[in-house]
Amino acid sequence: MAVTRRGAPPDVTYDVTVIGAGVVGAAIARELARHPGLRIALAEAADDVGEGTSKANTAILHTGFDAVPGSLESRLVREGQAMLAAYAAESGIPVEPVGALLVAWDDDQLAALPDLLSKAERNGQDAARLLGAAEVRAREPHLGPGALGALDVPGESIICPWSTTLAYATQAVRAGVDLLLNCRVVGVGSAGEAHLLTTSRGALRTRYLVNAAGLHADTVDRMLGHDAFTVTPRRGQLIVYDKFARDLVQHILLPVPTALGKGVLVAPTVYGNVLLGPTAEELDDKSATGTTAEGIAALRERGHRILPELLDEEVTAVYAGLRAATGQDDYRIGAHKEQRYVTVGGIRSTGLTASLAIAAHVTELLAATGLELSGPRDLEPVRMPNLGEAFPRPYQRADLVAADPAYGEIVCHCERVTRGEIRDALTATVPPGSPDGLRRRTRARGGRCQGFYCGAEVRELYERGAEMGTG
Amino acid sequence: MRRERIVDVLVVGAGPAGLATAAGLAAAGVGEVEVVDRERQAGGIPRHCLHGGFGRLGMTGPQYAERCVAAAVGTGAVLRTGVSVTAWAAPLTVDTTSPRGLERITARAVVLATGARERPRAARLVPGTRPAGVYTTGELQQAADLHRQRIGTRAVVVGAEPVSFTALDTLRRAGVSVAALVTEHPRHQARPARALDARLRHGVPLLTDATVVELVGRGRLSGVALRHRDGRTAHVACDTVVFTGDFVPDHELARRAGLLLDPGTRGPAVDGAFRTDGRGVFAVGNVLHAAEPARAVAREGTRAAEAVRRYLSDGDWPSASVRLRVTAPLAWIAPNRLTPDDPTGAFTLRATEFVARPTLVITQDGRILHRTRPRSPAVPNRPFRVAGEWTGRVDTEGGAVRIALG
Repeated sequence: MAVTRRGAPPDVTYDVTVIGAGVVGAAIARELARHPGLRIALAEAADDVGEGTSKANTAILHTGFDAVPGSLESRLVREGQAMLAAYAAESGIPVEPVGALLVAWDDDQLAALPDLLSKAERNGQDAARLLGAAEVRAREPHLGPGALGALDVPGESIICPWSTTLAYATQAVRAGVDLLLNCRVVGVGSAGEAHLLTTSRGALRTRYLVNAAGLHADTVDRMLGHDAFTVTPRRGQLIVYDKFARDLVQHILLPVPTALGKGVLVAPTVYGNVLLGPTAEELDDKSATGTTAEGIAALRERGHRILPELLDEEVTAVYAGLRAATGQDDYRIGAHKEQRYVTVGGIRSTGLTASLAIAAHVTELLAATGLELSGPRDLEPVRMPNLGEAFPRPYQRADLVAADPAYGEIVCHCERVTRGEIRDALTATVPPGSPDGLRRRTRARGGRCQGFYCGAEVRELYERGAEMGTG
Repeated sequence: MRRERIVDVLVVGAGPAGLATAAGLAAAGVGEVEVVDRERQAGGIPRHCLHGGFGRLGMTGPQYAERCVAAAVGTGAVLRTGVSVTAWAAPLTVDTTSPRGLERITARAVVLATGARERPRAARLVPGTRPAGVYTTGELQQAADLHRQRIGTRAVVVGAEPVSFTALDTLRRAGVSVAALVTEHPRHQARPARALDARLRHGVPLLTDATVVELVGRGRLSGVALRHRDGRTAHVACDTVVFTGDFVPDHELARRAGLLLDPGTRGPAVDGAFRTDGRGVFAVGNVLHAAEPARAVAREGTRAAEAVRRYLSDGDWPSASVRLRVTAPLAWIAPNRLTPDDPTGAFTLRATEFVARPTLVITQDGRILHRTRPRSPAVPNRPFRVAGEWTGRVDTEGGAVRIALG
């Protein structure tokens, strides 16, 4: 099991190297690891897995009801949704099938619903149906005035994106994948039958290469001589409301997409909070993950219309993520056989849902370019710590506390995170690279007080854990 | 699964208010009085306030915390730390988690003394990046003074109320220079000597009528953007920013119990006897009015103990109450319910702006009940008080009592 954060990459020639340990790259590495005998590297520029778009999104497990029928995305989302739902159940990744309502607030939106319904049906969502104003109101009594109707999509779910990426990476590493963190690929050359990657940690040789670099997929693509697409970051700012807001909303409240854009949603999270967002801002800076006064004000204005009482609640966090938009409506996944290279670009909001299907698809593409695969075998299942409110958390489990008192010692009070959970995260297969990484593994310091009570203690535990680490 | 226990009184929160309540009750011999606190060490916020000025003798926070603990334990109250109340199982029954296991505790009376916290950066909707180096005073004090963690080199302090100046002291002790104190108000809200000392002896500029409008920096804070009321903006380079004050009650248990909350204080609504609208549930200290000095809430605890003792012996609980409502620029009043058998006490108020010579006008259904001139000016983030001699004139069947500045 090898997770390294510094030092030169191993002096071997890997069979496959996946660039980017986001949810897609980690899923690909995990899928490849099912084939015995392959030497696989997962190279990540940041100090942790899931540090890009995978950590800052709307955390929804989509049905794909609104995908373009017949597109690759539509197929992979539909397949991936079923695969991830099963995987989450097996791995203890929290999922809540709360369903979605696309709420129409004006006549144009109302008129758009029937088309959306038939699109949903063509995408295999037979349970979708239209609701009248009264039924919408009955289902969501806290909605603001003026909801005219809705499209009900029962299959939409909420999920923990952090545990998902981490579960993939954990299984990959346990199956022998080398996870190379702080390893930014800056150039791609060739060395005989292999690619010679120049990285921030030194040279890395690999026979096959997969580009899952997310926002930077176009940059990596150009290193291999392709100028097929440009990633334009589209920023989405989101507001996370305190847990008291959770009772205000029962479903994912999606906007009706119109010519004016996609609009913002209100959605519960598996951690028991409520999300409001995202904005959609075309930018050219791939590191612009800051929030803005204008963005926050715009979200609050929309939120006030959708769910007026939401604005009375305290805000727990405000964050922004960048979508890897490429100016094309579909995924950009393609193999370059002569280069033993597969590009996985333009994976936008559905990447989390489709991740396992993308991984299977990419593995097929690699086989078609000549990678010899034995197997596949089933990997040892992974059991992730539960971060979801719909399932028992350690502090609620008498059996666990009796067996190990550390699970009864709550360190982060707002999120009820115990010393045992923090210890487990710090000593896990893929330990965090920062206090924020610890927060995404445990929720510690992620609550309404943002560290007023527990921040110093959590930092202490993190720093002591990092000292013990080997990375 | 859960060990079930019964006590006479359960106090949640072992800060100055909860401990004083427990001490008073135990001293009065009401039976089993138990205080639970989720922290490993009892004493509440003073545990990490190394500065002096606590109690009558001006001792340090930790000394004061110890004294509060000793007083409660000395009178026979049972103190259990590391015990988190996680849920209500019934109106007077709570579920707890501690390393010793899960329990379900039922009491004849429950006292909520859960205190207050400072609102962090996110709750204040301050935009920008999410770098390290962003604190509240509470976290800063624990990081610097209890854990001896490295803080930074140069800080901006947001706020200019008493707690802001204690943050200044903490930063100085930790070897952090302070670039400025920033307050949205036209003046600071601390004692003049305190502000003068910061400015003259330590050379910390006070920027008034200004707000932090953005945090800048990747990984680590590199600076903050400020905007003056007149529209001017400035960038201040710093690697640390401390958001001070802007206290809110830590009211989770009150709210989960479904108790009536006061829209002004955001804490549970109580009468002068610390009674919430939930029979047998009392609330005391800064969960009622964020935030008052330790000494003030300890005195409250002593009074609350008497009220709880009376309830345990006679079982009376008011069935009706008249609400107190404030008009801007008043932010809140506490207590904020009037009940027929209420002991006439004093009321604490807060204003959101400076009022040099406030006149309070108290009315009910258009009828003037009282007009008074508090001795001191109204200062934001600072309490001022009004006596309760007018409460006898309130019609217990009437509408809400309004408190406004005339």
